[in-house]
Amino acid sequence: MSNHAWLLLGLYLGILLLLVRPLGIYIARVMMMENRVTLVTRFEDTLFRMCGIERKEDMGWLKYSFAVLLFNALGLLTVYALQRLQVWLPLNPQAMANVSPDSAFNTAVSFVTNTNWQGYGGESTMGYLTQMLGLTVQNFLSAATGIVVVIALIRGFVRHVSAGIGNAWVDLLRVTLWILLPLSSLFALFLASQGVIQNFAAYQDVSTLEVTKYDNPKLDAAAQPLRDEKGNAITEPATTSTQTLPMGPVASQEAIKMIGTNGGGFFNANSAHPFENPTPLVNFLQMLSIFLIPGALCIAFGCIVGDERQGWTVLAAMTVLFVTFAIAAICFEQQGNPLLAKVATGDTLVSTTALADGNMEGKETRFGIADSALFATITTAASCGAVNSMHDSFTPLGGLVPLVNMQLGEVVFGGVGSGLYGMLVFAVLAVFIAGLMIGRTPEYLGKKIESHEMKMTSIAILVTPLLVLVGTAIAVMTEAGRAGIANPGAHGFSEILYALSSAANNNGSAFAGLSANTPFYNVLLAVAMWFGRFGVILPVLAMAGSLAAKKRVAATAGTLPTHGPLFVTLLIGSVLLVGLLNYVPALALGPLVEHLVLWPAR
Amino acid sequence: MKMLLRPAISLFVLLSLITGVLYPLLVTGVARIAFPAAAGGSLIIKDGKPIGSALIGQNFSDPKYFWGRPSATAPQPYNAAASSGSNQGPLNPALADAVKSRVEALHAADPGNQRPIPIDLLTASASGLDPHISPAAADYQAERVARARHLEMKAVRQLLAENTEGRDLGVFGEPRVHVLRLNLALDALPQ
Repeated sequence: MSNHAWLLLGLYLGILLLLVRPLGIYIARVMMMENRVTLVTRFEDTLFRMCGIERKEDMGWLKYSFAVLLFNALGLLTVYALQRLQVWLPLNPQAMANVSPDSAFNTAVSFVTNTNWQGYGGESTMGYLTQMLGLTVQNFLSAATGIVVVIALIRGFVRHVSAGIGNAWVDLLRVTLWILLPLSSLFALFLASQGVIQNFAAYQDVSTLEVTKYDNPKLDAAAQPLRDEKGNAITEPATTSTQTLPMGPVASQEAIKMIGTNGGGFFNANSAHPFENPTPLVNFLQMLSIFLIPGALCIAFGCIVGDERQGWTVLAAMTVLFVTFAIAAICFEQQGNPLLAKVATGDTLVSTTALADGNMEGKETRFGIADSALFATITTAASCGAVNSMHDSFTPLGGLVPLVNMQLGEVVFGGVGSGLYGMLVFAVLAVFIAGLMIGRTPEYLGKKIESHEMKMTSIAILVTPLLVLVGTAIAVMTEAGRAGIANPGAHGFSEILYALSSAANNNGSAFAGLSANTPFYNVLLAVAMWFGRFGVILPVLAMAGSLAAKKRVAATAGTLPTHGPLFVTLLIGSVLLVGLLNYVPALALGPLVEHLVLWPAR
Repeated sequence: MKMLLRPAISLFVLLSLITGVLYPLLVTGVARIAFPAAAGGSLIIKDGKPIGSALIGQNFSDPKYFWGRPSATAPQPYNAAASSGSNQGPLNPALADAVKSRVEALHAADPGNQRPIPIDLLTASASGLDPHISPAAADYQAERVARARHLEMKAVRQLLAENTEGRDLGVFGEPRVHVLRLNLALDALPQ
């Protein structure tokens, strides 16, 4: 790894660790200001009265779950409706057509579940109102949903013989107004100052320096490309001397896209697009903003359970895994593509800098190898899914890193809230395994872990691998599934495996060569996203309910300490054990085969 | 269920208005006053007309201009209304073919140049709109541009130096050359 890459990684971790503690303490305060009366709660009370919400009501886990589900269902309907009606709605200067039913359904599920998988290209599909009132809103609300669920779970550990786990409405409002909105507003203004566009203007035509000659595909009456007998597109020569610059309210969406680990780009190229991510400095802050809340929530967790070491332990396990993956990704991308080192043209063999300069296909010059591979690791370790380089063009092992990050269940930082509740589920599994080894009843944070908790843990851990592997099997066995593949050979299988891993784990990044905007993939991936989200949230809330109802038992000499290096190791062990057992066979068929073909001499 | 419906709908509407209307409008308002050029697309204006954005690359294929990264946007390269990478995997034969034809185009424009070709001149960028190339990629093309314009190498090198940026704050990203600005500066030289 180059000095630049080490420095970048070191700075990233250093600044991140400085930021998470103050923010974590703040989050703990906001979420735990239960019955205090302050200026803020008076303001909140006005809003609650308007909405018919009883602030002091304490919900049981079932009611809490219904509230969360209902709130998300409303989001689903709204995003779907906005896309289906956008041509008749205001703020659509490009007159974007209504989105097809299957694509609109997929996108609605995608943004509600914090996945932000995108089958569409933003600048050629969505009007400004859909982007703002549909997608930006869900960027906030899906993030808020993740955070309230983990707060409810933490309350389960803290409360003593309690029937309730909090009030979903109060939690959702507080997370949105006092955590997400202030952070996003600041970040959005910073982005706008650096060149991320923020306006409501129509797309701007500019006249370019040089006239571009290109082959324009001929279209039939239904705007479908015409093909000759061999299936090749029929084209005609064309020229243009204008470039159409897209416009729109990008900065406001970009900020919450990163802070809420959403990842859905305003434009097709996502954070590789210069209007979303204009400079390496902005890129660095985007990377920081992805891990900011997931990291801070670990500290908030420690604060709320009254033992900050518990939070640092979880954060340490996440950090060790993350650093390992980041170093791997940067090294693999730096190796470059050996097939491009010498290019045969005519009788001559032309040398290139393919091995010295690394794998630059699908990467931006301003980011280069290190800043792109680090971003790819961060965005998939967290369930963000924004990309500043095209993962589909990564080297086989460089692309394996994002794939594995997602398949571990998005618990290495993970999504806002969802990463921590996922990791706490693994912590419960780790104490259970350790309990079996030393022959004691497992306890975590003073709560006995019994059969109900272990059932919920098993469901939460197994639901996503099931969706990924069964979904991949269905896609590779059907004509409609195989039709989407862009790259031949083992890489084509990786594209499908990546899509399902991304959807079921609510990441949203893609091996984007896969043509996924088809009824088959729109439905398959929507199902994976929905059950990958709520198939985990419901058992987690059920566990929160049963934990809250238990007595807190005092720690004794025989209690396994759940902080310190030993528990960090146990936690990492459980995450890797489950992840690797599930996915090694599938990974062997995709990236590993591809690596062995690419480097035959080694 | 019925008891949950009213709070759910009212809270949803309230938060939608705050995060989906107030928030973007507020950011737009402040940005328009504080950073109008940046929020408006960093347009480059020449003779009163916008001729491009400082952030978005343009297509160049004339030997007298520096060329940018290959672009995979459709139907034409550097189509800013449809950003896209190639998404070609490392083993895809189409990638090898594309690289080969880019090598041939570079050699056709500059037959005498036998130096190893910087890989960023042969591979498509992620957005298809990359405004930069590496300093090595610019250096590789400098003699061709000087010859096509009958300029001395010294003048070209000086413009190159003026349009090269280092890493942001010395640590972030990579050193790079802004292709559109460089070409505009070339056109502005007295012939």
